[in-house]
Amino acid sequence: MALNRDYIGRTFPPSEPYEVSRVKIREFADAIGDDNPIYRDQEAAKAAGHPDVIAPPTFPIVVSLLSPALEDPGLGLNFSMVVHGEQRFEYTRPLRAGDVITCVTTITEIKSLAGNEKMSVETDIKTVEGEPVCKTHNVIVERGA
Amino acid sequence: MTANVKYADVEVGTEIPARTFAVDRADLVRYAGASGDFNPIHWRESVAKAVGLPNVIAHGMYTMAQGGRYVTDWVGDPGAVVDYGVRFSSPVVVPDEGGATLEISGKVEKKLDDNKVVVALTARSEGQKVLTRAKAVVKLA
Repeated sequence: MALNRDYIGRTFPPSEPYEVSRVKIREFADAIGDDNPIYRDQEAAKAAGHPDVIAPPTFPIVVSLLSPALEDPGLGLNFSMVVHGEQRFEYTRPLRAGDVITCVTTITEIKSLAGNEKMSVETDIKTVEGEPVCKTHNVIVERGA
Repeated sequence: MTANVKYADVEVGTEIPARTFAVDRADLVRYAGASGDFNPIHWRESVAKAVGLPNVIAHGMYTMAQGGRYVTDWVGDPGAVVDYGVRFSSPVVVPDEGGATLEISGKVEKKLDDNKVVVALTARSEGQKVLTRAKAVVKLA
């Protein structure tokens, strides 16, 4: 189904603040099979120059999936037909335990591509104090029925 | 940030040793829980097949995470990764029995200013390229 082109350029209100916890970082690191001590051990993280344990580079997907943008019924996205096209994380600094972050999501492009709908989304992740942490670029493809 | 690899020690073309990662259905269930992506195409064969997939497929983000781990294991400090992007070119099909394997290799593609390098990654499963344009920018020591 065609996505609503009126949503091109739309920026959604900031997501609810999300507190990055050591436990969630460890759970995520376990789930990707990564035993790096800098995800688990504060001392190891400090020895590497971080104030606390940091999150794996792909961790922000956890928060960007909470974005209200994709669930907006007006957009017309059929989740069962969605596949992930592209993903990128651009860091200002590592995301770490104790950060309280919000996401501001913008739909930058929607277009038809070989019978599929392709949508590009940018998410700006900042701490609640306004410090930029990471920008994510996400392309999802809704396959044609 | 304390990368284990020195900028002066790498050149364009320096190869990172290739590695193989195993992925099975339990890994996908665990990843679904940790990431919050519960799309059933990653754990229910009937649903995956009903939407035209050959079988259950891995989360693209799970595959991307393995590429990330490959880079962060090389560099030591995951905080050294300042940019990481991929295109998902083909799904990683994960059968019920035996699971699948991911073969990841990489090399230094470019040296940038400020001790940064671009690492280009290749990821294959069952001979298919599953990631393309996979690149990480890493700040070395």
